Amino acid sequence: MAADGLVVRRGGQVILDDLTFAVASGQVTGLLGPSGCGKTTLMRVLVGVQAITAGSVTVLGQPAGHPRLRARVGYATQAPAVYTDLTLGENLAYFGTVLGLRGRRLGEAIARTVTRLDLGGLERRLVGTFSGGQLARAGLAVALLGRPDLLILDEPTVGLDPVLRRDLWALFHELAAAGTSLLVSSHVMDEAARCDTLLFMRQGRFLAQAPPAEILRQAGAADLEGAFFTLATRAPRTAAR
Amino acid sequence: MSGPSLAVATARRVLLQLRHDPRTIAMMLVVPSVMMILLRYVLSNPLLLDRVGPEYIGVFPFVIMFIVAAITTQRERARGTLERLMAMPLGKLDLLAGYAMAFGLMACVQVTLVLVISLTWLGVTLPGSAVPMAVIAVLDAILGMATGLFASAFARTEFQAVQFMPAFVLPQALLGGLVVPRAQMTDALRWLSDVLPLSYAVDAMQRITASSAWTSGISADVAVILAFTVAALVGGALTLRRRAR
Repeated sequence: MAADGLVVRRGGQVILDDLTFAVASGQVTGLLGPSGCGKTTLMRVLVGVQAITAGSVTVLGQPAGHPRLRARVGYATQAPAVYTDLTLGENLAYFGTVLGLRGRRLGEAIARTVTRLDLGGLERRLVGTFSGGQLARAGLAVALLGRPDLLILDEPTVGLDPVLRRDLWALFHELAAAGTSLLVSSHVMDEAARCDTLLFMRQGRFLAQAPPAEILRQAGAADLEGAFFTLATRAPRTAAR
Repeated sequence: MSGPSLAVATARRVLLQLRHDPRTIAMMLVVPSVMMILLRYVLSNPLLLDRVGPEYIGVFPFVIMFIVAAITTQRERARGTLERLMAMPLGKLDLLAGYAMAFGLMACVQVTLVLVISLTWLGVTLPGSAVPMAVIAVLDAILGMATGLFASAFARTEFQAVQFMPAFVLPQALLGGLVVPRAQMTDALRWLSDVLPLSYAVDAMQRITASSAWTSGISADVAVILAFTVAALVGGALTLRRRAR
């Protein structure tokens, strides 16, 4: 996954400002930055649902949004995009069919995903009756269903209880160990330490892109939150254009 | 388009969503029949009912399918499931065809019910068979669905989508020949009426009540209704953007 000179302008505003990066596969990459800094837009570009103004973006060796990527990239939006008026099983069966799974392979994929996200016993319940944590996991389940090579997860742990957050991070690392690449966004800095590599983002630009230990060294800070502020004050302030 | 199976899967999904919402199913199926029953007693004149009833049989399914399709699609956009599907290997035509199949099926049930009630209990008499009327009514319902799908692209919220119903439908009902025959309208109004799809639905129903056989006039109306349906579906496909600008 790499970008070169990526610019996204929307409604006269620069949302992503000349981003260049490369992310190794089989890793958990954290996309960290305050709300409104462009994290979601960058993720939408990588998934291929946001048009780019300039530059180029490559995902799994293809230009972002290439039709062949649609079954290989799993995407979970911040607000879980599932049908609340269907049961969990019906949701997974429909999205699985869209991903090209049929018959026994579909059944196995659903069973595997339900177990992975600890949603066992909820298959016949309407998603609209789920708790916040269950709903978040249902959204992730759809993203995991087709065993994607790349998972793009937009703030998947925000607002969840500490136990569930710990479990989900364990799952992310388990998936990375099995060869999946993950890009996980968050605005909570204590999640940054759990990533293999970090992209620190502010106002549509990157402040740093390096493993957590390297970023701490660069900033000379004791923790990643401190490092973010140090790097943010060091960076030339980009006035709104 | 990835073959018919994804369209069928989508139709199945839409019908499953409806199944979990029995109140909506009840309204889709029952409201046109209730309106016909009301019409029958409001008119309380069998000859007038024979003439006016069929026009309404063509209009009620149009209205209900319009609103159901507009809201369903608007919800799909607002909840992010549309964006998720557009990031997945699903063709736009799979999605539209899925919706058309699901709501088309509902339209068939709806129209069957309203026809059976009208032709038996309410005593509406037709010069010929009921089949042409059923065909036209189902086509009207599908036209309503296609127009609703298209209109939903211009609604930012569900609230706006609901208000499209009076905005799109009431002028068509006024100008379509339900209230005043189109021949009695001023030229300007009749030209306006000529470009509105519901006028052809009403016209087809009027022709069916006037003749016992299928006429070329009915065929022309059907062609126009189909053309509007295809145009609305193509317009709907164009508004389903894979990539936001």
